[in-house]
Amino acid sequence: MNSELAYITGSVVIAEHQVLKNGELLWEQDRNADLNAFLRAAYDQFSGHYPKFHKMDALSKLGWLAAEVLLKDIDNSAFQPEETGLLLSNRSSSLDTDVKYFETVKEFASPALFVYTLPNIVMGEISIRHGFKGENTFFVSERFDAELMSAYATQLLATTPLKRCLCGWVEVMDQQYETAMFLVSNEPTAQPLTAGNLNAIYQIK
Amino acid sequence: MQVFVVADNIVSPLGSTTRENFDQVLLGNSGIAKHENTTFADAPFYGSIMAPGQLENYTETYKLAGYTRFEKMVIASVAAVLKDTGCSLSDPRTGFIVSTTKGNIELLEQHTTGALPLQEMQLFHTAKKIGAYFKAANEPIVISSACISGLVAILTGSRLIASGKYDKVVVTGADAFTRFVLSGFQSFQAVSAQPCQPFDANRSGVTLGEGAATVILSNRPVGAKFLLGNGGISNDANHISGPSRTGQELAAVMKLAIEGSGLTPANIGFVSAHGTATLYNDEMEAKALHHAGLAETPVNSLKGYYGHTLGAAGLIEAIVSMQAASEGVILPTKGFETLGVTMPVRVSNELQHHKVNHFLKTVSGFGGCNAAMVFTRL
Repeated sequence: MNSELAYITGSVVIAEHQVLKNGELLWEQDRNADLNAFLRAAYDQFSGHYPKFHKMDALSKLGWLAAEVLLKDIDNSAFQPEETGLLLSNRSSSLDTDVKYFETVKEFASPALFVYTLPNIVMGEISIRHGFKGENTFFVSERFDAELMSAYATQLLATTPLKRCLCGWVEVMDQQYETAMFLVSNEPTAQPLTAGNLNAIYQIK
Repeated sequence: MQVFVVADNIVSPLGSTTRENFDQVLLGNSGIAKHENTTFADAPFYGSIMAPGQLENYTETYKLAGYTRFEKMVIASVAAVLKDTGCSLSDPRTGFIVSTTKGNIELLEQHTTGALPLQEMQLFHTAKKIGAYFKAANEPIVISSACISGLVAILTGSRLIASGKYDKVVVTGADAFTRFVLSGFQSFQAVSAQPCQPFDANRSGVTLGEGAATVILSNRPVGAKFLLGNGGISNDANHISGPSRTGQELAAVMKLAIEGSGLTPANIGFVSAHGTATLYNDEMEAKALHHAGLAETPVNSLKGYYGHTLGAAGLIEAIVSMQAASEGVILPTKGFETLGVTMPVRVSNELQHHKVNHFLKTVSGFGGCNAAMVFTRL
């Protein structure tokens, strides 16, 4: 295993219509609101100036929002574009949008929906927004695999040009959703990048 | 740590072993044919699709009642490499990676009434079912990174061995031909009305295909013919459905792969490009080859033989390229006649006999992703 340690420099959890950053509740909405209404309200709250957001599917909106909150007030200029990567995962891949896209095939197949029938598109959206050109890989697993995520991110930081990595879980299926996104790097913090620490944050919601 | 490729298999319209596939490619034969099949499209179309009964023929000795087409393809391919090597997925030191873009999405098309079979369409669910078939000790790792998934899966397997997590990793990738994907590419006006023509002046889009392919990676060279070199992944950060305008991001990982393997562009015998035959992809790749110092290196695309097999593409094309390098040949680009990219590149258009020690495999996909990896002949 890699001897070099990596650290968690920030985290965002969005679930049950609450947005938590570094463990603290930033904002919440009525839990009865439908997912799209919640995502729209969260966009108004945390951004409001990125029209492309409205073209995205729910998975991309959720991941994009988590990255927006996570990276707010962080100086990106200290890093080259290829030094930030993405390592995301979820349970349902793009199945939520797959079902919606295939509904359109019966009449007139929608290219605007088809492009979102891949789970890695959320990484493309985040990369475009923040100018990240580093590694990106999308894993699909039944549950959040904190073991793989912590070990693989640590390995990438030690063996590739990456100096920072956004990693975590971003899941949408119908009205069920949750995301836990972490910014990790080699810069020491009080929280080493371990499976235990990732799971502790993932479960705070 | 060094990571070796110790076995490989391709299940496709061109055959159920690497040898059968490679012999067909050497003969210049393609899996692409014109189809009039309303399961997939209302109008005739070109695609590389297994003939009726072909997959059943490949899998008749296995007990596969209750498995989907996708699952049968994967099982046929994985079973072949396990049989060739005597490896077992039940060994706790052996990992299992499954690369796919759409898995069992065919179930969405076959569904008529009642609740959708959502569980069966979950990628982790189908991967676990396949893992259970082989009594896998480890939970499968599923990678779904669009059209670069297959090569990313090899790179990930290589790293998991290098980290000490596994001694061996079985890396498999597959996608079935579906109405779902064909309709999507058609909605983008991205499907060629003829068999695809990579890098050609008259190219007009992709031809889709289906298949499965598998490699076994190992930390021991026993039985190996190839060593994995360095690899890398990048994002264009430009557009979710169109490639980079400059090719700089693909070029960056080409350089990372070559330099990280201790090589220079002059050491690369050929490049197995993505070469989907869309106007923009091939143009971007030609620019990337220039930026990476590979403008004079022979480059081919194998899409004219297999169509675009999505999550299997990186694996199928890496395996065919390993076979070509083993036999000292550089394969022609089927469908290519006249160079149609603005930056001149050396597109291979006839079978050349040439000693190849190293080749570079590249892929690019939706979401702006690119990957490149060096393969070294032992």
